[in-house]
Amino acid sequence: MTSTADKATTEAVETVTLTIDSREVTVPKGTLIIRAAEQVGIDIPRFCDHPLLKPAGACRQCLVDVAAPDREGNVRPFPKPQASCTMTAMDGMVVNTQHSSESAKKAQEGVMELLLINHPLDCPVCDKGGECPLQNQAMSSGRTETRFIDVKRVFEKPLALSSEILLDRERCVLCQRCTRFSKEIAGDAFIDLQNRGAMQQIGTFNEDVLNFDGYEPIGVAAEDESGRAFSSYFSGNTVQICPVGALTSASYRFRSRPFDLVSSAGISEHDSSGAAIRTDHRRGKILRRLADNDPVVNEEWVTDKDRFAFTWQNLSDRITRPLVRGEDGELHEASWPEALAAAAKGLRTALDGDGEDATPQGAAVLPGGRVTMEDAYAYQKFARLVLRTNDVDIRTRVASDEEQDFLGSSVAGTGMGVTFTDLEKAPAVLLAGFEPEDEGGVVFLRLRKSLGRQRVFTIAPYLSRGAEKLDATLLATAPGGEGKAFAAVKGSTDAAEALKQDGAVIIVGERLAGAPGAFTQALALAKRTGAKLAWIPRRAGERGAVEAGALPALLPGGRSVTEASARDAVAQAWGADALPEQAGRSASAIIADAAAGKIDALVVGGVTPSDLSDDLTAALEATGFVLSLEVRRSEVADYADVVLPVAPPSEKSGTFVNWEGRLRGFATAIKTDAMSDHRVLDILARELGVHLGTGAVAEISQQLGSLGAATKAERPAAPKVDAAKVDAKAGSELVLASWHLLVDEGALQDGEPYLAGTGRTAVARLSRKTADAVGLKDGLVTISSGTGSLELPVVITDMIDGVVWVPAKSPGSWVAQELGVEPGARVTVKGGV
Amino acid sequence: MTELTPVLSATWDAEQSWKLSTYEDHGGYRALKKALGMEQNDIVQAIKDSGLRGRGGAGFPTGMKWGFLPPDDGGPRYLVVNADESEPGTCKDIPTMLSAPHVLIEGVAITSYAIGCNHAFIYLRGEVTHVYRRLMQAVREAYAAGHLGKNIHGSGFDLDVTVHAGAGAYICGEETALLDSLEGRRGQPRLKPPFPAVAGLYARPTVVNNVESVSSVPAIIDRGVEWFTSMGTERSKGMGLFSLSGHVERPGQYEAPLGITLRELIDMAGGMRGGKKLKFWTPGGSSTPIFTEEHLDTPLDYESVGAAGSMLGTRALQIFDETTCVVRVVTRWTEFYKHESCGKCTPCREGTFWLTQILKRVENGQGTEADIQQLLDTCESILGRAFCALGDGATSCISSSIQYFREEFEQHIAEGACPFDHSKSALFEYDAAKVTEEAHA
Amino acid sequence: MTYDADTLAQLRKDANDIVGRYPVKRSALLPLLHLVQSVDGYVSPDGIAFCADVVDLTSAEVSAVATFYTQYKRRPNGEYQVGVCTTALCATMGGDEIWRQLSDKCGVGHDETTADGKISLERIECNAACDYAPVMMVNWEFFDNMTPDRALRIVDDILEGRDVKPTRGPNKVSTFKETERVLAGFEDGKADEDQGVGDPTLVGLKIAREQGWEEQR
Repeated sequence: MTSTADKATTEAVETVTLTIDSREVTVPKGTLIIRAAEQVGIDIPRFCDHPLLKPAGACRQCLVDVAAPDREGNVRPFPKPQASCTMTAMDGMVVNTQHSSESAKKAQEGVMELLLINHPLDCPVCDKGGECPLQNQAMSSGRTETRFIDVKRVFEKPLALSSEILLDRERCVLCQRCTRFSKEIAGDAFIDLQNRGAMQQIGTFNEDVLNFDGYEPIGVAAEDESGRAFSSYFSGNTVQICPVGALTSASYRFRSRPFDLVSSAGISEHDSSGAAIRTDHRRGKILRRLADNDPVVNEEWVTDKDRFAFTWQNLSDRITRPLVRGEDGELHEASWPEALAAAAKGLRTALDGDGEDATPQGAAVLPGGRVTMEDAYAYQKFARLVLRTNDVDIRTRVASDEEQDFLGSSVAGTGMGVTFTDLEKAPAVLLAGFEPEDEGGVVFLRLRKSLGRQRVFTIAPYLSRGAEKLDATLLATAPGGEGKAFAAVKGSTDAAEALKQDGAVIIVGERLAGAPGAFTQALALAKRTGAKLAWIPRRAGERGAVEAGALPALLPGGRSVTEASARDAVAQAWGADALPEQAGRSASAIIADAAAGKIDALVVGGVTPSDLSDDLTAALEATGFVLSLEVRRSEVADYADVVLPVAPPSEKSGTFVNWEGRLRGFATAIKTDAMSDHRVLDILARELGVHLGTGAVAEISQQLGSLGAATKAERPAAPKVDAAKVDAKAGSELVLASWHLLVDEGALQDGEPYLAGTGRTAVARLSRKTADAVGLKDGLVTISSGTGSLELPVVITDMIDGVVWVPAKSPGSWVAQELGVEPGARVTVKGGV
Repeated sequence: MTELTPVLSATWDAEQSWKLSTYEDHGGYRALKKALGMEQNDIVQAIKDSGLRGRGGAGFPTGMKWGFLPPDDGGPRYLVVNADESEPGTCKDIPTMLSAPHVLIEGVAITSYAIGCNHAFIYLRGEVTHVYRRLMQAVREAYAAGHLGKNIHGSGFDLDVTVHAGAGAYICGEETALLDSLEGRRGQPRLKPPFPAVAGLYARPTVVNNVESVSSVPAIIDRGVEWFTSMGTERSKGMGLFSLSGHVERPGQYEAPLGITLRELIDMAGGMRGGKKLKFWTPGGSSTPIFTEEHLDTPLDYESVGAAGSMLGTRALQIFDETTCVVRVVTRWTEFYKHESCGKCTPCREGTFWLTQILKRVENGQGTEADIQQLLDTCESILGRAFCALGDGATSCISSSIQYFREEFEQHIAEGACPFDHSKSALFEYDAAKVTEEAHA
Repeated sequence: MTYDADTLAQLRKDANDIVGRYPVKRSALLPLLHLVQSVDGYVSPDGIAFCADVVDLTSAEVSAVATFYTQYKRRPNGEYQVGVCTTALCATMGGDEIWRQLSDKCGVGHDETTADGKISLERIECNAACDYAPVMMVNWEFFDNMTPDRALRIVDDILEGRDVKPTRGPNKVSTFKETERVLAGFEDGKADEDQGVGDPTLVGLKIAREQGWEEQR
């Protein structure tokens, strides 16, 4: 878990040597001239060229003089300047750029003049001004005065391609980076070139803009069930790669000038990919986030959630001062010493009783899944040393003991396993309990990069749009039946054969915890085929928490709580006499027991009650003392006795461990008084008379480093659970399938209406046969459980019978809160509302 | 005196010349049967030996183009006939397909057999309904007669032919744009390499040939290489359709050996209209630099026309007499290129946009002295820098007309108006003064 | 899509036929757009959705293609598409004047349709009939060697509901929708109809025959 670099490749690379501006450069065969020039620091201006997109040769700004050897070896000049972004380097080639060739310089100046004749002179009000390749190029090699005295092309502006992406067509230089990205990388060809020649423009099919008579078509061929255009999860990347100010985001438009911004490197908190981001802020306020370039992780792309969902941490409900519930039953701002004293008192009572109650029932900890590794470490150490319990679990989601054994035996403390690069190179990938586009956007992009040279299989109820874009083969399975589905991948089946290839990967998602036997069977399949196994959870903090031991039966590094040697090793490292021996309760059990009045205190981190199928509010209500550590005043605060404010990711440093096991450390972007959870817990422990030693990131790193990974003997055994059989049949009792769409109503997307506007409409999916059995009314169904119901429009989908799919937390479809069940549960479905 | 050599046009005056029976009565499909008995390589070699050069404008040796196909890998390879005739002045393929579609179908069959293609496409421009009817009927007839389809004439060779109608885009005459269009995309040119021979239609090896090139194949196979090479000049072999249009007494199709001169052709065409003086002409369509009277005796072959500063192109001889305003004609051509620019690359898209505005001003007498230099400079910014040849073609008429008629441009600017009476160059009488009056009303 | 069941069934049947002509489905897109015009008289938004569905593209990708080609119309087209060539040579030989008089007569400009829906007027680019200049096209049939008077008469005939006959083409011009069906690749049985080969097409051959040149071959 210490390595952050990919293994070095040892393949021999065939090279060519050429001369650019009198400098010799050797590059791999097939390298474009423009890339070769970059190798020796020669910058050739360009607009359409982008290293991660296929060459276009459209803007013609990168023209250079080229001479190349003919068959006899005589170096002959090409009669015309050549586009360096499309021509590959050849041995013996002689290239002269604008730095050494008058004709190349003249050609580039000519193109620049033509690019500018129709470009508005609105740099002073353009968002791109100050960081605009066109502006820079015009300043350095454009004419001082235009020779164009005729009429410029004008368009109505701006055009909203979606609620988030705006287009000012008159600024566009038609480099097609945005359309190429959308087609080649994201697979969302929702924008394309429209019209021809001088009136050519980027756009969606918009009948008003294109002057069509009629209306916008809505239906099967529209982008999603809403008919909304450009609802791509990756649309923000087009803004970032636009070389002019044509594409802007509604959230950033007219907000700032680039030279007023301070840029800080960071890691996205939105999923387990650990995408590198750049946070641009001004006077303590985040104005925008961009993708940072990390070739081994996210390349230069992030999801729209990574990019746009940052407003949540600065909403009006942000807590900056501790709160203590007073005699009047209301929360009041308090000083840190007062709040810490109150918190300590409450916890102490739960642990030791208040003198009257002879049988204190102890405390439990629910840190939530968005913690950094350091925070997770602090929560579990706090639980084990201060609260003297193993009742700590970050899995405020579907979870199982089988999963914990899987994580302890095969994930925690195993270091870097499968990497993004491995995914890209894999000849075959099997997905189960994991939707790459929705639950790990960057993973999706990396898989899609291998489209055409990689077989993808997915164990799922239907082929999601993301899976379709991966050209995946569906192994249709009702939720809960994944174990059996794995077992069926055997012998000479297509998937089994594919997975036997060298480098094949099986990806399992956290949702498999709801399928008994799934992890057991995944391990068996990996063994059977030789395929590598990767666990890709959804939330950013999951892997770090697993490493840090924030699980009821796992200590740091994959050590089993029930192994004495493992406990001793940790106790010794912590300078403690002993650690609690009994395995703790899962998050779900903690909540159930708390609700039953069997727990006296709860320490709750970033947990949103509406995300849980368990009744957390009932638990909070029934528990004597509730301590909340939160960034914003959440629903938990309504029941909390003490609320301690903690820092959001931009105001702290720390480490997310991504699903690869790669440490993604990040520094504080914006310095405020806000403290990380681990520091708050350290202070609180001191108040309770325990030295936790989690005050600083470095301290924790040092502890985790010296603890290291568990030995085999210290680990739990690999799980051995029988695979469940799920009997899904068309009828009124259906198996519920669900997952979180990338853009939904998760708490970390609060306060960003432009992003929300690109989210997909919530629909229920049923097979034709299932829908007929249910009997639709007005295309609607009502889905009910014992606790509540959802009413949604239906989209008939080619999918397994007897299953109804709904999005987990989209507008109108809050599954956990309304139905109170997890995927795999039986629900009642009837037509109409 | 060069003699005309009707080969492709030989049957055009026959009763129902477009019917299979008519074509067969004149020896049609004899060459196909002969070809099916030959080795494929021998056919390719014969076309190489014939010196046949692409009749679509570029003049690339047809046999060599076929020879560029990589060895058979078992996968499909395609022949695509470029029937997107759209270059202003060019009007030879349309009458060929309208009057004798079977000569093309036979050429398609022989060419496909030679290159190992089992599915050929004819990409016809969409704006010629009757031509499309004739081609579809010809293909249907050919299938019924066993000239197409499975096991053609017992040879074991299978061939399907699809006639495809475009939808109005000059750029689709560019072979890679044509392929994109045939694949159901915007007709924008592709990067080369890879060339179509390696990765063309559906990324498979593909030959794209012009209608006239393919139609010339049956005669070469039937009558032999020597017969073909006996026509034309040393490096420009064979015959071709010369399309005279404009201010001549008898415009039309003249099939003649390459190397004939415009003087000879105008002679055959009964001279200039009303005995007026020749002012300028295009040797091969609007994309080829214009010529004047001084080029009347330039042999119309690839080399001679090139040496004289233009290109043989499609032998589209547009003849303009002394009544014609060259600025007006050049402005119209430039508007054409602006309209037809696909928009992909900056020089062509923006350049033609700019050129059109300048030329319109100059034509209307609102130009400035700087405009002529600006026209030349803008042409320089396009020529050789655009993605494909459309941009280059757009500059030809401007640069060459300023070369030969700079004074006329200057006259427009100096007089603040066009000095010509446009009605004089029309084929019918009308009151030009009234038009001008209305335009200013 | 708002097509009624019968229309949709016929569209699907025709689309199947078109798709079957090509090894790769997407190639059917251009003829499919012609097919849509044969039903709707223009590329309707419904037609865009239909094509997108048939060839598995987004509507943006279909409109990208539809808006690239000039034959695809974005508003209901007139029953007769009257195009006057005003590219350089035809314009010079009289096309400009023909255009002016037709536009005057119809009271509409380029790419506009008369109120009665009879005629859509268009300035067209070179239609490969330069030896017949000035050229006019009605529903993409040739009307050669035009004069303003003849052009006006043709337009009169159309406006008054009389059949019009091209100079090289079938016995009468089909409607825009009928024509578009042909362009979608469906034969209409008119291939043998003929008004005679025009003089310019045969001029060289005639001379060769007169001179006895062709005999040597």
